[in-house]
Amino acid sequence: MSNPSDLLYTEDHEWALVEGDTVTVGITNHAQDSLGDVVFVELPEIDQELGNGDALGVVESVKAVSDLYSPCDGVVIEVNERLNDEPELINSDPYGDGWIIKVKISDPAAVSHLMDSEAYDQFVQAES
Amino acid sequence: MNTEHHTYNKLSAHPDRFEQRHIGPRTLDIEAMIAQTKASSLSALIDEIVPEAIRRRRALNLPEAKSEFEVLEQLKGIASQNKVYKSLIGQGYFSCYTPPVIQRNILENPGWYTQYTPYQAEISQGRLEALVNYQTVITNLTGLPLANSSLLDEGTAAAEAMGMCWSLGRQKGTRFIVDSACHPQTIAVLQTRAEPLDIEIVLSSREDMLAQAEFAQAGSFGVILQYPDTHGITDENMGELIDQAHAHKLKVVVASDLLALTLLTPPGELGETGADIVVGSSQRFGVPFGAGGPHAAFMSTHEANKRVMPGRIIGLSVDSNGEKAYRLALQTREQHIRRDKATSNICTAQVLLAVMAGMYAVYHGADGLKAIASRVKRLTATLEQTLVQGGTQVIEGQRFDTLVVTQAGNGQNLAEIYEAALEAEINLRKLQVNGQLALGISLDETCGFDLVTKLSQLFLGQSNLVTLSDSFDFEGVLKRQSTYLDHPSFKLYQCEHELLRYMHRLQAKDLSLTHSMIPLGSCTMKLNATAEMIAVTWPEFAHIHPFAPLSQRQGYAELYSLLEGWLEEITGFSAVSLQPNAGSQGEYAGLLVIRAYHLSRGDAHRKVCLIPTSAHGTNPASAVMAGFKVVPVKCDERGDIDLIDLEEKSIKHADNLGALMITYPSTHGVFEEGVVQACAIVHAHGGQVYMDGANMNAQVGLCRPGDIGADVCHLNLHKTFCIPHGGGGPGMGPIGVVAHLAPFLPTHPEEAVGGDMHIEGEQSQAIGPVSAAPFGSPSILPISFAYISMMGADGLKKATEIAILNANYMASKLSGHYDILYTGNNGRVAHEFILDCRGFKASADISVDDIAKRLMDYGFHAPTMSWPVIGTLMVEPTESESKEELDRFCEAMIAIREEINAIESGKLDREDNPMRYAPHTVEIMTADEWTHSYTRSQAAYPLKWIKSRKFWPSVGRVDNAYGDRNLVCTCPPMEDYEA
Repeated sequence: MSNPSDLLYTEDHEWALVEGDTVTVGITNHAQDSLGDVVFVELPEIDQELGNGDALGVVESVKAVSDLYSPCDGVVIEVNERLNDEPELINSDPYGDGWIIKVKISDPAAVSHLMDSEAYDQFVQAES
Repeated sequence: MNTEHHTYNKLSAHPDRFEQRHIGPRTLDIEAMIAQTKASSLSALIDEIVPEAIRRRRALNLPEAKSEFEVLEQLKGIASQNKVYKSLIGQGYFSCYTPPVIQRNILENPGWYTQYTPYQAEISQGRLEALVNYQTVITNLTGLPLANSSLLDEGTAAAEAMGMCWSLGRQKGTRFIVDSACHPQTIAVLQTRAEPLDIEIVLSSREDMLAQAEFAQAGSFGVILQYPDTHGITDENMGELIDQAHAHKLKVVVASDLLALTLLTPPGELGETGADIVVGSSQRFGVPFGAGGPHAAFMSTHEANKRVMPGRIIGLSVDSNGEKAYRLALQTREQHIRRDKATSNICTAQVLLAVMAGMYAVYHGADGLKAIASRVKRLTATLEQTLVQGGTQVIEGQRFDTLVVTQAGNGQNLAEIYEAALEAEINLRKLQVNGQLALGISLDETCGFDLVTKLSQLFLGQSNLVTLSDSFDFEGVLKRQSTYLDHPSFKLYQCEHELLRYMHRLQAKDLSLTHSMIPLGSCTMKLNATAEMIAVTWPEFAHIHPFAPLSQRQGYAELYSLLEGWLEEITGFSAVSLQPNAGSQGEYAGLLVIRAYHLSRGDAHRKVCLIPTSAHGTNPASAVMAGFKVVPVKCDERGDIDLIDLEEKSIKHADNLGALMITYPSTHGVFEEGVVQACAIVHAHGGQVYMDGANMNAQVGLCRPGDIGADVCHLNLHKTFCIPHGGGGPGMGPIGVVAHLAPFLPTHPEEAVGGDMHIEGEQSQAIGPVSAAPFGSPSILPISFAYISMMGADGLKKATEIAILNANYMASKLSGHYDILYTGNNGRVAHEFILDCRGFKASADISVDDIAKRLMDYGFHAPTMSWPVIGTLMVEPTESESKEELDRFCEAMIAIREEINAIESGKLDREDNPMRYAPHTVEIMTADEWTHSYTRSQAAYPLKWIKSRKFWPSVGRVDNAYGDRNLVCTCPPMEDYEA
C-alpha cells in the first residue's frame, strides 16, 4: 500500500488530511504494519485542546503500545467511535475507516511543518 | 595435622557428589565441548570471557559441599528448632488443610513446579486452565467480573490497588484513605508504596470516615476498607461507605477473605455499584503458612478497569482450528512493553500457589467450601458466646472467624492468659485496642470443639461450652444471597480419582523441565533438584505462622542467618534483605534504599535514574514507582552501554543524579569491559549503582557485584539459586547492599529486621516493608539453602563455568546457521546468546513466532522471543543441561533453519509450509483429511529421535488478537464443555 499523495505526514508515522479548517488524523500503513493486530485505541475527549506534539491517545496491539501525538495545534471535534468496537479497522483501512480523530485548526499554518508523501516515503526508507 | 585430617575427610566422603548431578555435561563431554569452542581449556575460555579487571581469583568462603543426604540431615536439624504450635493469630494468615492429593500431585510435582510463565500458550494449556479456574473462584466469591491470575501477597496487592485508583484518577490525587482496621502489615506496605509518589496515607476508622466527611477532603482519590476487618468485624455500613465514597468520586478497594465470602455478601454487591477493586490472600485455600509465603494474593475489578489492572490475566481465545484455547491476555499493559509508563512493575504471579488454591475450590466445590466456612463460623460463635457469658468483653459486631478479647472475665488477666495459651502450645494474637492489651483469636478449618473447649479453659477456667440456640448465620445485608462456583469445573472433580485424573490431564498439556530443556534467555531454567525441594513441605517449615513468637522460629532464624551470610559472600556485599518477594520487588526495594540514603544526606533532589535502553522493562517501571525520573542511556553498536553518553548524562544531571541501573552481564549476554568504569562515572557524580541480578548465574564464583562497584543488587533466587519457576511464580528477590546502605534496608512492623538491625541509638531512616511478611516467602528458602550447601564454593564456580561453556558451545554449533547478534571483544558470549532471525521475514515470510511455534513440534519450548531485540531469540542453556540435550536442541534449530532454506529456495511453499502451520496437534495429524503440501511425518516427526520423545501441543496456534479484542477471563460456558 503506498502512502496517499493527498495527505501530510509526521515523523511519528501519523497522517493528516486537511480539509479547510478540519484535520483528520490517523496512523500510516507503515505504522499499523509494525504494530501488528491492533486491539485497542484510547481516544481523547471532544473539545480537548491539543498542542502540536501533545499526546492524544494510545494504540495498542497484541505486542506493542504506541502513543499518538497531535500533528498540530487544534481542538478535538470528533473521534472515531467505531474504533471502540472495531479497532482492527486501523489494520484493514488505515487511511479510510481507520481514521482516529478530527481536529479543528484556527490557523492554516498549523500544518505547514508536516511532510508530503514523497518526503515521508524517504523518511521511512531512511529509518529502516 | 589439619591438612591430613582434611584429606582423610575427602577420601572417606561418599563418592556421589551433588555437583555431578546438578551439572549436565560429563567430564569427557566437557572436553569435546571445549574443543568445539576452539578454546584450549575451560579456564582459558573463561579468561577470554570474564574481564580480568573484575575477576575474583580467590575461592568463595563457603562451607565444604554436602551430599544430598547430608543436607537433608542438616535441614532436619534446622527444622527441629522450629516449633509448630496451634496458631490462632490470624491477621491475614490462617491454618488450613492442604488436601494430600493436591500436595503430592501439584505442590510436590515437577510437572507443575518446573515450568516458566505460560508465554507459549500452545504448550501451557494445563496451567492456563487451572488459572482460569482460580480467576473464576476470585470473580465469583468477590462479586466482581475480572480477576488476575494472582499477585505476590495481600499487602502488595493492596498497594497495587492503591496504584490503580491513582491511575484511574490520572495520578492527580494526593490522599488515600485507609481503614485503620486494616491488617497492620497492609497499612505499612501501603505507607512504603505511597511515600515516594507523594501520596498521603490517611488512617481513619470507618465511623470517622462518615462522621468526619473524610471522602470530601480535597485530593482524596481512593479508600481501602477491610471486610472482615483485622478485629474480625464485618461492618454493616459497608454499602453506605462505598456509596459515599463513590458520591465523592473516590475509588473503593475492599480487602477481604475468600472463606468468609462464601457466606458473606461479596464486596462487588455491596451498595449501589459495589467496590471497584477487591484484594486479599488465597492462602487459606489449601496453602500452608510457610512463615509468610509464598501465597497467592488475589485482585478483582470491573471490566472497565482492565487496562490498569496489574499482573497477569489469563484470557480465553481460539486456536487456528477454531477450538477454545487460553493465553495470557492484554500483555501490553505490562512493564516489559510500557516500561516507565507501566502502572506497575509486577512481572510475576504466584502461579503454583494460585493453582493450588484453585484446585482446593475445585476439590471442595461450593457446598464443601460453604460447609467448611459454616463450621468455622459456628465454632467462632460458640467461642464468643461462651466467653461473653463468662464475663469476657470482646469487640462487638457480626463476625466470621475472629474474636478480639479486650477484657478477660473472672478477674483474669489477658497477659497471663496469653502466656498460659503458649504453655498449651496455642498462639494468640497480641494487639493494642485503645492503648490496652487485647487478644485476638482466629479460628480456621483445622480447629474443632476440643480447641474451643481448651480456649474456654484458658479464658474462663471452665470447659462448658454454650450451645448455640439461634442461627449463627450472617444477618441482614451481610448474608450472602448470590450463588457461586456453579460451573462444572467445581462439580465434576470431587471424588479423588476424578481430581487426580483431572490434574494429570492438565499436567500432560504443559511442557515442563520433565520433558526437555527450556532455553529461555534471562530466565535461567536450571535444575530444581528433588533434594532441594523436599524440605518445603515439612511441617516445621510449612506450618509456622509468620507472626508466631520468635522462640518458635529459631530454625528459620538460623536458616536466614546462614543464607544471608552465604549470599553476602557470593555477592561481595555487607548485608542482605530476604524480604522482597520477586525480582521486581527487589528492584523496587533496592531503589527505595538508594532513595532513603540520599534523603538521609539531605539530597532529596537526587531523583534522576539512568537506565540503558537495553534494560528490562521492569527497571524503568520500578524506578518510577520508587519516585525516580528515568533518563535513558544509549547503547553502542555492540549493545554495550555507551560510556560517552553515560558520562555526558551523568555530568548533565550531576546535581540530581540518584542512580544508575545496570544488568550484568548485560541483557545482551555479554560481559561488558566498561562496567567498572560505568560504576565509577556514576559514583563520581554522586549517584549509586543498582545492579539487576537477573544474570547473576554468570557471575557466581567468578566475580562479585560488590567488587565491580555496585551498591545494591537483587538476586533472583528462582533463577540462579534453584527455586523453581512454578509455572510463573513463586519468585524471590532478596537484595544485597554495601555497608553504607545497610541501615536503610526494608523493615517490618511485626519484627525488627533490615535497617533496624544496622542502626544503634539513632532514629531509623530505613524504608518500610515492601512485602506483607518480614522475610518474604520463607518456606522456599530451604531450596536455595540446600543448593548452596550441596554445591560448595567449587561446585558453584564450576556451575557458572559450565553455564558459560554450554552457551558458547551452542553458539559455536549454531553460528554457521544463524547470526549471533552480540558478542564480547573476542567473539565470545557469556551464559546466553541472541540468534538473529530478523532477516527471515523478507527471505521466507517467517517470523520469530513461527520459529517458536515450530520448535514445539520438535518437543522444545522456545527461547526468549523478541527480547532484548525484536525479531530475535535469546538462548540460555544453564549448566544443568547435558551435552546430549544441547545437541538435540541445536539439531532442532538447524533443522528449522533448513526448513527456512527450503522456503527461501522454493522447495517449500511460502504459505503452506510446516512453520506457518506449527504447532501441529494430534487432531490435525490424525484428521481424515490432510490438505497440506508437506507430509504428515514432515509436520510431526521432522527428526528421527522425535518419535520416541514426542510432546504433542494440545492446541493449534492461539489467536492473540481475538483474545485481546474479546476478553473472557473466567471458565467458559457449559456448552463449550459439552461440545
